[in-house]
Amino acid sequence: MAADVKAPPLRPFAEPPALVPGAMQASKPYVASAKMQEAIGFPGELTEGWEGRALDKMGELLGKYRSLRVYLDSCVHCGACTDKCHYFLGTGDPLNMPVARQDLMRSVYRRHFTLAGKLFPKLVGARDLTKDVLDQWYSYYNQCSECRRCSVFCPYGIDTAEITMAGKEIMDAAGLGQKYSNEIIGKVHRIGNNLGLPGPALADTLEGLEEDVKEETGVDVRFPLDQKGAEVLLVTPSADFFAEPHVDSLIGYAKVFHAAGVSWTLSSHASEAGNFGLFIGSYDQLRTIAMRIREAALELGVKRIVVGECGHAWRVAYSMWNTLAGIGAGGEDDFARKLQSQLDSRYKQPMHICEFTHDLIGRGALRLDREANDHRVVTFHDSCNVARASRMGDTPGGQFEIPRAIIRAVANHYVEMAPGTTHDATYCCGGGGGLLTDELLDLRVKGALPRMEALRQVADGRGVNFMATICAICKAQFTKVLPYYGFKMGMVGGVHQLVSTAIRLGEPR
Amino acid sequence: MTALYAVLLYAATAVLVAGVGYRVWLYARTPAPLKIPTTPAPVTRGGVALRMLREVTLFESLFRSNLWTWAFGWLFHAGLALVLLRHLRYFVEPVPAWLAFVQPFGMWAGVAMAAGLAGLWARRFLVPRVRYISTPSDHLMIALLVVIALSGLAMTFVAHADIVKVKAFILGLLWFDWQPLPGDVLVAVHLALVAVLMLIFPFSKLLHAPGVFFSPTRNQVDDPRERRHLAPWAARLDGDR
Repeated sequence: MAADVKAPPLRPFAEPPALVPGAMQASKPYVASAKMQEAIGFPGELTEGWEGRALDKMGELLGKYRSLRVYLDSCVHCGACTDKCHYFLGTGDPLNMPVARQDLMRSVYRRHFTLAGKLFPKLVGARDLTKDVLDQWYSYYNQCSECRRCSVFCPYGIDTAEITMAGKEIMDAAGLGQKYSNEIIGKVHRIGNNLGLPGPALADTLEGLEEDVKEETGVDVRFPLDQKGAEVLLVTPSADFFAEPHVDSLIGYAKVFHAAGVSWTLSSHASEAGNFGLFIGSYDQLRTIAMRIREAALELGVKRIVVGECGHAWRVAYSMWNTLAGIGAGGEDDFARKLQSQLDSRYKQPMHICEFTHDLIGRGALRLDREANDHRVVTFHDSCNVARASRMGDTPGGQFEIPRAIIRAVANHYVEMAPGTTHDATYCCGGGGGLLTDELLDLRVKGALPRMEALRQVADGRGVNFMATICAICKAQFTKVLPYYGFKMGMVGGVHQLVSTAIRLGEPR
Repeated sequence: MTALYAVLLYAATAVLVAGVGYRVWLYARTPAPLKIPTTPAPVTRGGVALRMLREVTLFESLFRSNLWTWAFGWLFHAGLALVLLRHLRYFVEPVPAWLAFVQPFGMWAGVAMAAGLAGLWARRFLVPRVRYISTPSDHLMIALLVVIALSGLAMTFVAHADIVKVKAFILGLLWFDWQPLPGDVLVAVHLALVAVLMLIFPFSKLLHAPGVFFSPTRNQVDDPRERRHLAPWAARLDGDR
């Protein structure tokens, strides 16, 4: 695959590309093995009768999800979304236009679930669910990062991510799973995190980090694991434990906790904030994976739950943990009350690490040396799930303001990328939604195009040499694709990496 | 002729009301198990009502997306709204002063409506992306609306129909006291196509009209940390623990 990877040329004007039908038809991720499928409760293979299983699943989902039913009915083909998807902009493949991606399912829905499609299939573009159609689904539902940019611009708020998730769930029920996501979900259940890092290895890694920080700063900054009675349980993506540049942000969190004098702990049972159940649209998986956080919080007796830098994890934590696992406030049932009564209701539960740090900065509780970041000219990449599917702070849009306020408090040189490429119109990094796998590298490089164009503009025009972001997938994706566009891979990093550079420890407050 | 149209219009009304009613019932009954508002989203119910109001009156999201589509789309829908209002005079007697006041605006709204449709239809041919996604039914739908609009405009600007008799016919339908339909081709075409539009409404993309109010990305309050949002089928899972 790697030999075929090509970055498209940057466009001088951000005009939609010419249509290239079929350009990405061959792009497919590896299929999950029967063993991986069965390990998480799906049929192993696409055996006899898969059509029936798929349509049954579709009917079930139509009854369970209002979004799916309303969105499949409501599209008028106005075209508002057609030039909004980064994968379309990067590939020109018309089936990567959000409406066309939806129509892959809408056509089957009309054929099997609506009167018009049963009577006049040709007229309304209805199709039977055949193997060819399913192959198309597998191809193109694995070319959507579920970033929701299209839903911002749709006059009915139709969210292609909802369709993609349903598509993946239907395919899983038929016995056609995606290897990358489903293998990782298996690992979370078996080992406790997406990277498959067992408890003892994690303990070793954290010890090593303590030594590194001691060497660098001369201060005993601790990285506690499974510490009962700690105030804060930190749940962070497992990439933070050893991937570059992720680990620099983990060091940043630890320094912030140290400086604030707040006791905290990681959990080996819940050593992963990510929740790939979201990507495959499975409520059961979403819930089972989220329950680990609840169990760890109850077990460790913590008062607060804080989430590290991870986009989709923050979406799940902020928008769904309360629903899935009773982590939050306002629950009136016993299940929710059990944890609610343990957690400290004076704080938001769960809280984003940026909210935590921002609050400390606001109270003057941290000593920050902005000049330490003077070698950097920083810009901020809004991660899709944080920007369009969550919030920070008390007011709408806090998810944009709070990370930026932190950056400005720790660095002197900050530059915004072009409007229309940030905030709620931000472009996905190109690697979200369970697509962060090597066999999809060509797609990932092409999908990064609009972000790379915006970055090129501020890099050339304003000297930007550091793109901060608060998502483990963004960090991994950019590290890989930046070189294809002539940037250095070290140009991307976390917001708490900047905090880590600027924070002064062991001095009087 | 009168009887045929009477039956057609009764049937169309029944299908429209029952069909859309069933669809709305289905939407209302289907739960939204997870919080998925497109953020930034309002944090109160009042804020959500305002967001929805802006969405359905100003087409806020479409405005951000594409100015041409927004302009034509808004022109068509605003025109259609005024035209429908103008048609109220066929259903009430006497005509209240405000409705009389609306009449001349409604007339020109018909022109705006046709212009908006023409623009939207042109996009289906001229913009390659929109051409790619357009299906035969998309074109037929616009064609239907265009012929309805043009036949209506023709009665206003070219060949006046006997609207006193038309009104008598419609009031007759309302009171189940049938009056003769004037033998005018334009009236016949106009009414027949409106009946067709009503008949296909509950089975087509016209469902976007009730659908938008049920769109979870637009109608949910952004308060997941403060309130526990639980669908009935999801709540049952808690009990399994």
